[in-house]
Amino acid sequence: MTIEEILQCLPYGPDFLFVDGLDHIDQNGVRGHYTFNAEMDCYKGHFKKYPVTPGVLLTETMAQIGLVCLGIYITADMESCRGRSFALTSSEIEFRLPVFPGEKVTVISEKVYFRFGKLKCKVKLQNKEGKEVCSGTISGMILKTDA
Amino acid sequence: MNKETLIAAIRDIVKPYTKEEEALNNLNENTDFVTDLQINSANLVDIILDVEEKFNIVIDNDSMERMMSVKAAIEIIEAKLAGQ
Repeated sequence: MTIEEILQCLPYGPDFLFVDGLDHIDQNGVRGHYTFNAEMDCYKGHFKKYPVTPGVLLTETMAQIGLVCLGIYITADMESCRGRSFALTSSEIEFRLPVFPGEKVTVISEKVYFRFGKLKCKVKLQNKEGKEVCSGTISGMILKTDA
Repeated sequence: MNKETLIAAIRDIVKPYTKEEEALNNLNENTDFVTDLQINSANLVDIILDVEEKFNIVIDNDSMERMMSVKAAIEIIEAKLAGQ
């Protein structure tokens, strides 16, 4: 499965897609990147006069690249990608540095296991200086929908 | 390994994944992981991986799908241990 095919399989619309591209993917992990759009509405309120990317969006970015892209790739031979995704089942993330509007981040994810439909990954997010912004573990279950 | 030992081992494995303390304390052969202990499918996978590690066995997909209660778990663990 090519990187282009993985990106086409992602179930997110333009307002909630946090993947620009993948630099590398194999059965054991993935590396991808995203640049936060400085015009996002959430920056008006998080925080007033001091825009910082919310932690939930950093977690979402880690999940979309580190869990969902990897999960789609790992399960590529199981069925067509139409209607296949991963539902987040748990996340435990520690945050170290802020990410400001317009910053590019890189997500690096390593598979811990994929068993019985559950994918668990060790994931970290770095800023463009290569400094670790946040890291932790994220898990999800393969999800079939007819959408 | 007798049944009481197995049930005690299962109780220890399950403990971190449930908030149903009464059901956990009363855990017996008829306890259902989902309806009695309110364990979700993601945590059920972790319980099965912990069972594999504790008893040094490998659980296949068919066994995993059947492993919804303490009774089924005991049957599967005993069968795998006997097969080694």
